[in-house]
Amino acid sequence: MFLITCPFCGEREQSEFKAGGEAHIERPKQPTELSDDEWAEYLFMRKNIKGIQFERWNHSHGCRKWFNVVRDTSNDEIKSVYKMGEKPPTI
Amino acid sequence: MSKNLRVKTSKFIDETSRVSFKFNGKTYYGFKGDTLASALLSNDVHLVGRSFKYHRPRGIMTAGSEEPSAIVQINDNTSLTEPNVRATEIEIYDGLEATSQNCWPSVNFDIGGINNFMSPLLPAGFYYKTFMWPASFWEKYEYVIRHSAGLGKSPTKPDPDIYEHKYIHCDVLVIGAGITGIMAAKTAAKNNLKTLLLDEKNEIGGSTIYQDSEHVKINDQSSSTWLENEIIELEKLDNLEIKTRTSVAAYHGYNYLLARENLTDHLSKGEKQNKVRQRLLKIRAKKVIVATGSLERPLVFNNNDRPGIMLSSAVKKYADYYGVATGQKNIFFTNNDTAYESAISLNKKGIKVESIIDIREQSNSEFTKEAENLGIKIYRSHTVVDTEGYKRINKITIMELSKDGQSFTSSKKITLDCDCLAIAGGWTPAVHLFTQSGGKLKFRDEDQVFIPNEYPSDQISIGSCNGDFEIDDIVKNTLKTLKEFLNIKKTNYDDLNIQCPKDKEIRNIWLLPSDKVLGKTKPFVDYQNDATAKDIKLALREGFRSIEHVKRYTTTGMGTDQGKLGNMHALGIIAETAGVKMGELGTTTFRPPYTPLTFGTIVGRNVGEYFDTFRRTPMNDWHIEHKAEFENVGQWKRAWYYPKNKETLHEAVQRESKAARDGAGILDASTLGKIDIQGTDASELLNRVYTNAWSKLAIGKCRYGLMLNEDGMVYDDGVTTRLDENHYIMTTTTGGAANVLGKLEDYLQTEWPELDVYLTSVTDHYATASVCGPNSKKIINKIIPDLDLSDENFPHMSFKNAKIGNVKCRVMRISFTGEHSYEINVQANFGKSLWEKCMEAGEEFNITPYGTETMHLLRAEKGFIIVGQDTDATMTPIDLQMDWIVSKKKYDFIGKRSLYRSDTMREDRKQLVGLVTDNPSEVLEEGSQIVADTNLKPVEMLGHVTSSYYSPNLNKSIALAVVRGGKNMMGQKLFIPMENKNINVTIVDPVFFDKENERLNA
Amino acid sequence: MKNKYSIFSLIKNAFSYHENWQKAWKDPVIKKEYDAIIVGGGGHGLATAYYLAKKHNMKNIAVVEKGWIGGGNTGRNTTIIRSNYLWDASAGLYDHALKLWEGLSQEINYNVMFSQRGVMNLAHNLQDIRDLKRRTHANRLNGIDAVYLSTEEVKKFCPIINTSPDIRYPVLGGTLQRRAGTARHDAVAWGYARGADEMGVDIIQNCEVKGIKRNGDEVEGIETTRGFIKTKKIGVVAAGHSSVLANMAGLRLPLESKPLQALVSEPVKPVIDTVVMSNAVHAYVSQSDKGELVIGAGTDDYISYSQKGSHDIVEGTLNAILELYPIFSRMRMLRQWGGIVDICPDASPIISKTTIKGLYFNCGWGTGGFKATPGSGDLFAHTIANDAPHKLNAAFNLNRFISGDLVDEHGAAAVAH
Repeated sequence: MFLITCPFCGEREQSEFKAGGEAHIERPKQPTELSDDEWAEYLFMRKNIKGIQFERWNHSHGCRKWFNVVRDTSNDEIKSVYKMGEKPPTI
Repeated sequence: MSKNLRVKTSKFIDETSRVSFKFNGKTYYGFKGDTLASALLSNDVHLVGRSFKYHRPRGIMTAGSEEPSAIVQINDNTSLTEPNVRATEIEIYDGLEATSQNCWPSVNFDIGGINNFMSPLLPAGFYYKTFMWPASFWEKYEYVIRHSAGLGKSPTKPDPDIYEHKYIHCDVLVIGAGITGIMAAKTAAKNNLKTLLLDEKNEIGGSTIYQDSEHVKINDQSSSTWLENEIIELEKLDNLEIKTRTSVAAYHGYNYLLARENLTDHLSKGEKQNKVRQRLLKIRAKKVIVATGSLERPLVFNNNDRPGIMLSSAVKKYADYYGVATGQKNIFFTNNDTAYESAISLNKKGIKVESIIDIREQSNSEFTKEAENLGIKIYRSHTVVDTEGYKRINKITIMELSKDGQSFTSSKKITLDCDCLAIAGGWTPAVHLFTQSGGKLKFRDEDQVFIPNEYPSDQISIGSCNGDFEIDDIVKNTLKTLKEFLNIKKTNYDDLNIQCPKDKEIRNIWLLPSDKVLGKTKPFVDYQNDATAKDIKLALREGFRSIEHVKRYTTTGMGTDQGKLGNMHALGIIAETAGVKMGELGTTTFRPPYTPLTFGTIVGRNVGEYFDTFRRTPMNDWHIEHKAEFENVGQWKRAWYYPKNKETLHEAVQRESKAARDGAGILDASTLGKIDIQGTDASELLNRVYTNAWSKLAIGKCRYGLMLNEDGMVYDDGVTTRLDENHYIMTTTTGGAANVLGKLEDYLQTEWPELDVYLTSVTDHYATASVCGPNSKKIINKIIPDLDLSDENFPHMSFKNAKIGNVKCRVMRISFTGEHSYEINVQANFGKSLWEKCMEAGEEFNITPYGTETMHLLRAEKGFIIVGQDTDATMTPIDLQMDWIVSKKKYDFIGKRSLYRSDTMREDRKQLVGLVTDNPSEVLEEGSQIVADTNLKPVEMLGHVTSSYYSPNLNKSIALAVVRGGKNMMGQKLFIPMENKNINVTIVDPVFFDKENERLNA
Repeated sequence: MKNKYSIFSLIKNAFSYHENWQKAWKDPVIKKEYDAIIVGGGGHGLATAYYLAKKHNMKNIAVVEKGWIGGGNTGRNTTIIRSNYLWDASAGLYDHALKLWEGLSQEINYNVMFSQRGVMNLAHNLQDIRDLKRRTHANRLNGIDAVYLSTEEVKKFCPIINTSPDIRYPVLGGTLQRRAGTARHDAVAWGYARGADEMGVDIIQNCEVKGIKRNGDEVEGIETTRGFIKTKKIGVVAAGHSSVLANMAGLRLPLESKPLQALVSEPVKPVIDTVVMSNAVHAYVSQSDKGELVIGAGTDDYISYSQKGSHDIVEGTLNAILELYPIFSRMRMLRQWGGIVDICPDASPIISKTTIKGLYFNCGWGTGGFKATPGSGDLFAHTIANDAPHKLNAAFNLNRFISGDLVDEHGAAAVAH
């Protein structure tokens, strides 16, 4: 069980958080303009990266805030944490 | 009377306190401080159990948690029984009863022993090659296999003991309280670090604490004396907590460790009473110091498994620590010097050591010299080729090894009598926890050990688990590592003066040669699972190359000891046979736990009613007082129905349903999720998450909303009320509340941060009573006389603030039954009195409390859906024939785009319809399937019945169903194929009752 | 021709101290080109190769495995086999597999110990009852032998379950599929490998795929740690690593790879002779032939390839086990481990062609792939050989995520209301 540093509350057990999958998949502004293929890309298709992944977490048993985490999914090592809307770090 | 082999008094055993226990029905005595193993050995009992596969007699091999053979059932036929308990770990107490396992009728005469004679037919993996004919017989073969496997017996009664969890945060965790662990813990604590020191044994001090060799000195004292003084000092330290009988089970990432603290297993029944049995420590340590020591290796030779064959270190510990002689004619068999040290120690206590068989050509340490001086016969360059003695070793045969160690110089055999053979095969660092944490090992060729190489977290390994085996090296390297790790300059130990003999000569032969062909021998590698060196070679011969393959094929290392003794030999034999280097072969993965962990410990207090939270409404006590039956909905307990005079569910629901429509009914609706929504963009949020439009909803009005997932499927529903310009209260389904809030928060925080909206879960803040029926208005009027209940002032789908006495309440005129009805919300703590007021006011109108079952029936009469019952995450609003709620004008809402995919737009999707049975008294089974043609093979299923009831208000059976293309099948006849009959049904409109909604304003 | 395994060959070999057994599969020299390459030497991949050779006469094929065969989820699962799925497409797929299981030991001459000890699914609330009844009715009409059981019948079939009405989530009923059961997981991989090898399939271990070479919209071969291998057909059966392979080909899949854990207790004499699953409280348990209780835990919610999950998940599972089986409190966990499961949004697998010619994926089995092994291999072999799906796997295509025609098995497990 890894530790996640919530940008609002500090370091906490992973079990206090809920994972939200791949980050920076923006909801299309004009969904009706998209083809079924393009919509499926948004809805279902994921990079599912082995290695450095930018992902979303929610401090569901804490402040309930969503934020971003950079984690190496091959060993669960967390590289960086940043708030929603902040520029992703270069890693 | 059995022999007494207690040879000396030991300070670790309380000889004033005699303990009686039973083993296989016979009463024996030991002393407080004895393990079952040491007590049995003191009574000259070696035969303890039978092996897994061949049912060979087995004895006690070790003095610790690595024991593969001496495992017993304790307290059989009681609620405190436990299988597979290691005799080497369990401390005896008055009344302990232990029995041998895996044998019938007894350990002395075991029918299963016949397997030993069948063993030529039972090589590794034999079961993969046979039992295939005839195919139908596998069940019978399997029955026999299962009943002959399995070691001990599971308890059959619930566990009366209690367990608990404790969370610990510390600066430094030290695992293992041997000499290095103690030095490390003391150093850390003295440097103001909050330190926790754990050891699996009942005393700290490791093997040094009973070391009495004159050759090993620290500051001119014997090492045990020096350590005793250290321990006295240690126990005074404020920053340090020491826990014994505490075994670290798992070392996870980020220095998260689990340890099991055993609190009462060593106590007698009376002393155990009302105490916590075991405690799981959940430790988060800033730094971890692993000082888990090392495990002695056995030697692999023919028939190396008989009772009386023990590890040399165990023989020494039984003598030095427990004061017990493991035999009267001891022979040591070794590949290194430690056996000499043990032999000398035994000899000095008057325990006879006949000889030492040493596979090395020479050794010139002080130990060997002393052993020779004591008159112990030493056979150098010799190996044991066979042993004899069925239930106890009585003879060994030795031969002289050739230079290369693979054969013999001559065919000359020497036979020696003995009753205990102590084997010493060198040492294996206990790196299990290190590798569990993700650490990478490296192989050190000179003494053939895997040692820590790359640390994945803030941790170090010190002492023999790090590959240091001589006390001077251990101390020197420990101090160096420790200083760097804790970033300190000086320790108390910098000027220690250590003397110890230096001879690291070791001759490693993983599989010792035999004069017989391998196929005729039984050189055991895994004692518990009866895996031999020839099994390993067979696996290799058959193409299994990887260590994991060999392990699984031969079951080596998969017993309750997880291969602590034999895994290295398995690796060595694979490497030798396959001609690869051991370092390249790697090890198998060490999986947690280090030693098996009771389920009870892992679960702790989360049993019984604490398994999961109960959520109860403020009216719960009333429901209980009025004999309600309850339904679990998520974590909530909801009143299901209120049986009167022994009514069945059906009878009660018929009565409640009728009463609600004829007079008045009352439902506890407090469990519905409630989310308070505020902010200037509150309406915009609702526009985006509901399928319908919200901007124009007037203040004080309510509206039903349907929420979709982004994939277009119905997710949740409920009524939302506009309390003010920028203030709404949303209701959700009982089970969906948390998920809806989570989802809304997700969109607000991540997709639409520009929206000015704030969400608060207020489900538990309010209690809700829903009063319905033609008399509901009269009842509300009695409770809230000030409120103008006229349809003009307070129409359906609107809301009013009001007061009941001094208590503020929100009243919504909304209906899930189709009746004229009111939902009154009060602050939760007034819930019960609100309910009682309603009941009191309603008494003259025959107000009837109804539960969820009646609620379901009433809404089904009206064709209202229940999300999760009539929908299953594959239904769109169009499928539900709720096109009216999907705004065509709104540019977007969650899930909208998905409704326009080619398959979600298909006309022949399953659609919600009503069903009536030809026989109006026949009630369909919910979940039953619907077909058009019962003769088709395979049967084509068109859909299923989602809700079904006998309606007392319509006097017939009604059902809701989803049917493929059902929208265009009104009036069509279909069938419900049950196991014994087909039921004829007709598709109808899903609204069965009061289609014109006249009763809403009745 | 290989030795046939039987009691007679065992006796015969006993006389020569088992020195004369042949290799179950060889360690082949890698050829420059194959007609098809299966990436992934788990049960599904090896079964695919076996059926390609056996039924489609494709002998010049290879299975490449980055580690050792059967070392992934094949060797890490809780070995449950059943076919009592709700939807027609799923029922067709899994029952096809179940039928193959029924003759598998004889088919491949390797005892996979398929034990039809029955699988029970428990209901703990009224919606569970509706869902299980719905599924049972659908199963019956699909020719699958599922029956609904009352609480008393559950107790009778498995007496050690705590069916007291006073527990936190009482057992309100259940279903039973008697043909369902368990098998010996390693044996499945080894048996298929041996069978495939005998027909000439090269099983190449310790060979990791590093790249998928394309020429326009066609595949040309794979780059591996042991060099380039040419082929026109690549069948990827890489479970948790499917997305990694897809990324090499420039594809994205609707998958997330998550940790799934399992554990076994110390072995004991037979105490539970069926498989019991409870979705609502999350407790799956059976007992292996060796006597260990085999317990499946749940998935963590985050993506991870670490093969480690969080302890909370294990704890939660054992909480549920003790809720239903309080007699197991003094039993001990012997071993715990994790695997990586690739989960589709609809909890159904993908056995499909892709937009790249010659590239096929078999993935998305989530937590339940073991039971499908023979069927999955058979249908994937058909798909690769014919460049078109079999009717039993037609629904499990990639296009369903675009058109919306999902096979939503976990949606069918409905949410509480």
